[in-house]
Amino acid sequence: YYTTLTSLCDNSTFRWTIKHSFSKKTLAKPGVKNIVLVDGVRTPFLQSGTTYADLMPHDLARAALQGLLNRTGLPKDAVDYIVYGTVIQEVKTSNVAREAALGAGFSDKTPAHTVTMACISSNQAMTTAVGLIAAGQCDAVVAGGVEFMSDVPIRHSRKMRKTMLSLNKAKTLGARLSLLGSIRLAHLSPELPAVAEFSTAETMGHSADRLAAAFGVSRLEQDEFALRSHTLAKKAQDGGMLSDVISFKVPGRDIVSKDNGIRPATMEQLAKLKPAFIKPHGTVTAANSSFLTDGASAVLIMSEEKALAMGYKPKAYLRDFVYVSQDPKDQLLLGPTYATPKVLEKSGLTLNDIDVFEFHEAFAGQIMANLKAMESDWFAQTYMGRKTKVGAPPMEKFNTWGGSLSLGHPFAATGCRLVTTVAHRLQKEGGQYGLVAACAAGGQGHAMVIEAYPQ
Amino acid sequence: LYYTISYHIISYHIILYYIMHHSMNLDVFRFNVCTRTHVSYEVKDNVAVVRINDPTSKVNTLGRHMQAELVEVINEIWGNSAVKSAVLISSKPGSFIAGADLNMFQACKTAEEVSYLLQAGQKMFEQIEKSPIPFVAAINGSCLGGGLEFAIACQYRIATKSKKTILGTPEVMLGLLPGAGGTQRLPKMVGLPAAFDMMLTGRNIKADKAKKMGLVHQLVEPLGPGLKSAEERTIEYLEEVAVDFAKGLTGKKVTVEKKKGLMQKVQDFVMGLPPVRKQIYKTVHNKVMKQSKGLYPAPLKIIECVQTGIEKGNAAGYLSESENFGKLAMTSVSRALIGLFYGQVACKKNHFGQPEREVKKLAVLGAGLMGAGIAQVTIDKGVATILKDTTEEGLARGQQQVYKGLNDKTKKKSLTTFERDRIMSLLSGQLDYRGFENADMVIEAVFEDLSIKHKVVKEVEAVIPPHCIFATNTSALPIKDIAAASKRPEKLIGMHYFSPVDKMQLLEIITTSKTSKDTTASAVAVGLKQGKVIIVVGDGPGFYTTRCLAPMLAEAVRALQEGVGPKKLDSLTTGFGFPVGAATLADEVGIDVAAHVAEDLGKAFGTRFGGGNVEVLKMMVQKGFKGRKSGKGCYVYGAKSKEKKVNSGAEDILKSFKLTAPPAVSADEDIQYRLVSRFVNEAVLCLQEGILPDPVQGDIGAVFGLGFPPCLGGPFRFVDSYGADKLVQKMKHFEEAYGNQFTPCQLLLDHAKDSSKRFHK
Repeated sequence: YYTTLTSLCDNSTFRWTIKHSFSKKTLAKPGVKNIVLVDGVRTPFLQSGTTYADLMPHDLARAALQGLLNRTGLPKDAVDYIVYGTVIQEVKTSNVAREAALGAGFSDKTPAHTVTMACISSNQAMTTAVGLIAAGQCDAVVAGGVEFMSDVPIRHSRKMRKTMLSLNKAKTLGARLSLLGSIRLAHLSPELPAVAEFSTAETMGHSADRLAAAFGVSRLEQDEFALRSHTLAKKAQDGGMLSDVISFKVPGRDIVSKDNGIRPATMEQLAKLKPAFIKPHGTVTAANSSFLTDGASAVLIMSEEKALAMGYKPKAYLRDFVYVSQDPKDQLLLGPTYATPKVLEKSGLTLNDIDVFEFHEAFAGQIMANLKAMESDWFAQTYMGRKTKVGAPPMEKFNTWGGSLSLGHPFAATGCRLVTTVAHRLQKEGGQYGLVAACAAGGQGHAMVIEAYPQ
Repeated sequence: LYYTISYHIISYHIILYYIMHHSMNLDVFRFNVCTRTHVSYEVKDNVAVVRINDPTSKVNTLGRHMQAELVEVINEIWGNSAVKSAVLISSKPGSFIAGADLNMFQACKTAEEVSYLLQAGQKMFEQIEKSPIPFVAAINGSCLGGGLEFAIACQYRIATKSKKTILGTPEVMLGLLPGAGGTQRLPKMVGLPAAFDMMLTGRNIKADKAKKMGLVHQLVEPLGPGLKSAEERTIEYLEEVAVDFAKGLTGKKVTVEKKKGLMQKVQDFVMGLPPVRKQIYKTVHNKVMKQSKGLYPAPLKIIECVQTGIEKGNAAGYLSESENFGKLAMTSVSRALIGLFYGQVACKKNHFGQPEREVKKLAVLGAGLMGAGIAQVTIDKGVATILKDTTEEGLARGQQQVYKGLNDKTKKKSLTTFERDRIMSLLSGQLDYRGFENADMVIEAVFEDLSIKHKVVKEVEAVIPPHCIFATNTSALPIKDIAAASKRPEKLIGMHYFSPVDKMQLLEIITTSKTSKDTTASAVAVGLKQGKVIIVVGDGPGFYTTRCLAPMLAEAVRALQEGVGPKKLDSLTTGFGFPVGAATLADEVGIDVAAHVAEDLGKAFGTRFGGGNVEVLKMMVQKGFKGRKSGKGCYVYGAKSKEKKVNSGAEDILKSFKLTAPPAVSADEDIQYRLVSRFVNEAVLCLQEGILPDPVQGDIGAVFGLGFPPCLGGPFRFVDSYGADKLVQKMKHFEEAYGNQFTPCQLLLDHAKDSSKRFHK
C-alpha cells in the first residue's frame, strides 16, 4: 500500500485530495510485451459543411498521418503497418487507409487496411495494432480513423440501379430503349444514408431519447451536462490543453488549427430548443447531442523496446481492453456500462484506481443513462449477471477537457482522441491509470485501461 | 385435412366489453372509500392521475366492482377544486381496459334488463365527455370494447407504440355491438367509412394506425429497461407524458382539434350530403348481407344504430344503441359466438399439467405443405427446428414456403426483416438425420400411407434419444396402427394440423390407450406455443374432425350426383353459414384426399359412411381433377377472372353417375339439413363413443377446423338451440328415403326424448 497525492483540476481552484492505495502498482505482466502510445494527433474537428467541405475523406486522413509524422519525426519506412478506421465509406476509397498512407508519403511497401466498427472504429484500429505487436508480427504500427460527413454517398434507388446495370448488358437498341422506358419517376428518388440501425431501423437519436427516458434522465440534466462539456472544452482549448490538435492548411482555404464546434451557451438558450427526434415530448435536442463532424486522428503505437531503441519517450502504456455487445434496440448506447466493469476486472483494478476517465459523449442523455446504470445494483444484477454495481466515475475525473458533445465526433476518429487525451491528462494531472469507454452503433461498446508512462 | 378457411372468428386476445353498472348498486360502494382495491388516484400538480388495476385478474375489465370505484373516484375528482385535469391510466402491463365481465350481462333475463344497464353506462360516458375538466386516456396494452368506448369519451388520448397496444371494438365477433356510445362517437371521430370498418370487422388496430385514423392524438415510444423493468418504466413514462399533456390542455398549450387536411375537409363535405350518406348505408348494408348471408344480426344493427344517431340525433342514437344491444344479447347467434369465445379460451390451456421437459429442439419430417407449415409456426415462437426431407427439391420448396410465410409478415410490417432473419436462423433444412440425437420431439408429416409411416417410425426411433416424443401428423390413419411399428408407443401421439398451418388455428391431438400423460402434456404444450387452439381426442379412424367431415362430403357427392350443380351446392352450404361451400371445400381438401378418406372410413364404418359413390371421386382423380392443387376439380382454377368456372369434365363424370333425386327430400332446405345432420350426428356419436371428451371441444374442433357455421356455435350448441327432437324428426324423414346413413345415434335420441338434456348449460 502506498498513497499518492493527485491534483484535480475540475474547478479553477486546485484541490488536493489524499488518494487511497492503488490495487496494483503497474499492469505490466511477465511474458507480455509492453505496448506504448508514442504520440497521437488529430486534425481540428470541424462541423461538417464548414472549412473541410470540399475535401475527400482520404485528404483528412492524410493530414492526420502527415501531422503524426511531423510530430514524431518518424522515418516513413520505420512503420510496419497502418490500420485506419472509417464508418461512412466513400466508395472510391473503400480502403481509405491505403489511399491516405500513399498520399501522406508513406513507403508504398507499408501495407494498410481499413476497419469499421461504428463509433469505436479507431479503437478497433488501435487494438488491431496492439494485437499485431503483441503477436510479434510488427514493432511499429500507425492507427487512426477518419470521418467525413460533409459528403456522403447518396445512391440511386435499387430499382434504378438494377435498370442501369441491365443497361450495360443490353445488346440491342430496342432492349436499351425498353429498359429506359421502364424507368418511373419514383425510381429517381435517391437513397440517403441514415444514422439508423439496420437491424431495428431506429435512428440513434431516437434510441438515445428512449434510453434517457428509460433511466429517467431529465431534459435539465442533459442540458446541464451538455453545457459542462462545452464549458470544459472551451477552458481546455483556451488553456492550450488540446495539444493533440495539429494545424492543417486546407487546400484552397486557410490554415485551420482549432475545433469549431465548442459553443458554451446559457441554460436558457439550451432550454429553448425543441426535441430533435421524439416530438413533442422528447428530451434529446440538437444542443445536447454530438453534432455531425469532419475530422481525422492518428496515433503511433510501438513495442516499448522499439520505442526506446528509436529514442522516443512514450506517453502511455496501452493495457487491457474489451469489446462488448448487447441488445441493439433498447441498450444500443449502454456499451460503457457493460465494458467498464469487465475491463477493470481484467486488469484487477477498481473504479477508485482510475484517475482519468474519458468516455465518448454521443448524447448527454446517453452519458447520464450510463452513469445511472453503473450506479444501479438492480441493473448490474438483472442485465449484466454481476453481483453489484461497478459505480459511476466521479465527475471531477470525468471528461474534464470536454468531450464529443463539444469537441465534435467524427465517428471513426473519436477513439484515438480519447486515448491520446487520457495519455495527456495523465501527464498533466499526474495519475497512474486512465480509462477509455465508448458506445457504438450495433449495440456494441469498448473500454481500455491506459497506464501512465513513468515520467 | 388440407384446406383453407378464411373466416377468422375471434382473435386470441381476451375480448370482452363493458357493461356499466347500475346506479343503485353504486350506493353500496359509496361508503367504502378507504377500501378501494381496483381504482386509486393521486393529484400531481393539479392533475388527478387515476390508476386502474384489477388485483384479481391479468387484465382490467369493467366489472361491477371496477365500475363502482371508477364512478366514486371520478365524482371525487369533480368535487376537488384543486384538480384542473385528469389522466386515466392502467397500472397493468399489457392491458388498459380489455372490456367487462361477460357474465354480468349474461345473467340478465330480458333484453330490457340489459338495455337498462347500458343506459347507465352511456350516461356515465356522456358525463365524462362533457366533463368540466379534461380527461386524458393514457393507453398501454389492450383497449377494447368498453375500454375503447371509455377512452373515446375522454378529451385526449395518448397510446404507447407497444405491440401489445391494440384498440378495437370486437363486440361484433360476439354477436353484439359497441353499446356504450361506441356506435355514436366513433363515426364522428374517425369518419363513417373507418367507423364501419372498425365496428363491422371488430379488427384490432395498432397504435400507429390509430394515430393516423385520428383515434388517438399522441404516441409514446415504449422504453427498454432502465432502473426498473421495461414494462414498469414504460407505464411510468406514459404517465409522465400524459400528465404533461393534461397540464397543456388546461393551459391551452395543447389543442384537441387536429388541423384538417384538404382530403379530410373534402371527405367531411361529402359526408355532409344526405344522399351520399344514404348511399353509404346502402352499400355497407348490401356488403354485410352478401358476406353474412343475413345469418348474423349484429352487423345490421350496428348500421342501424349509426344511421339513427347521425340522421335523428344523439338521443335517438343512444336509445337505438342500448335497445339493439339488449335484443342482440338475447339472440342464439350471440350465445353461440360467446360460447365459442369461452370454448376457445378453454382450448388454449394445458389440462394435462406441466410436461417433464420442455421441447427445445423439434424436428419435422417431410417438407411438404404441412411439414413446412409446422416448421414455420415452431421457429416463429423461438424453438430450433430441423426440417428434413428426402429430396433437395422437396426441401427447397419447403424452406421457400417458410421464408415466404415470414417474409409476407414483413410486408405487412408485423415483423421486421431483421426479426425474420433471426427466426429463419432457427430453421435447419437437411436431408439426413443429423441432429436428431438431440431432438425433444419429432413430428412426421410424410405421405399418408401406413407402410411409409411404419418405415419412418422405425428409422426415426433408431436415431432419437429415449425421451424424445414421436408425433404423427395424419388426417385419418388410426394412430394405434401407426404405433404398431413403434418400440415405445407411450411416446407416440397424433398431432393433426390443418392447412395452411400458419393460418388455421386448430390442432387436433390424438392419444392412444398407450400414450402417456406426459407425452400428451408435452404435445399440448408445443401446440400452445405454436399458437394453436387445441382439442384432445381419442383414437379411431378419422378421429373426430375427419370423421365428421367425411359423411357430409359423402352427402355432398350424392347431391352432386342427383344433379345439384357445384355452384348451387356451394350456395346452399354457405347460405347455411359454412364459410366455404361444400364443392369448393372438396377442391381445397383435394379430391384425391377426399377419395382416400372416403374409402378408408367407408371400410371402417360401413354403410353409414355411404351416400355418394366413391367411384365419382376416383374417376375425377383418374382424369387429373384433384382439386385446386392440380388446377381442376369441381371447378377450373388458374384463370385470372374472379368468377370460378365449373369444370365441364367433372360435370360429365357426374352425369355418368347420375342418380334420381327423391322429391320428398330434395328441396333446398332438405339438402342443407341432409349435409348438416350427418355432420352433427357423427359428432354426437363421437361424444357417445368417448372419442370426444366433451361437447366444448367438439364445437371448437368443428368450427375452427372444419368451418362449421360459427353463428350456430358448433354441432353441439346447434343441437341445443335447434332442438334434438326436431333434428331427429328430420333425420328420420331422410332415413326413410336413404336408409341408415341418417339413423340418429343413441345419444341424440336420448336428447330428443328428454328436452331437459342439453350439451351446454
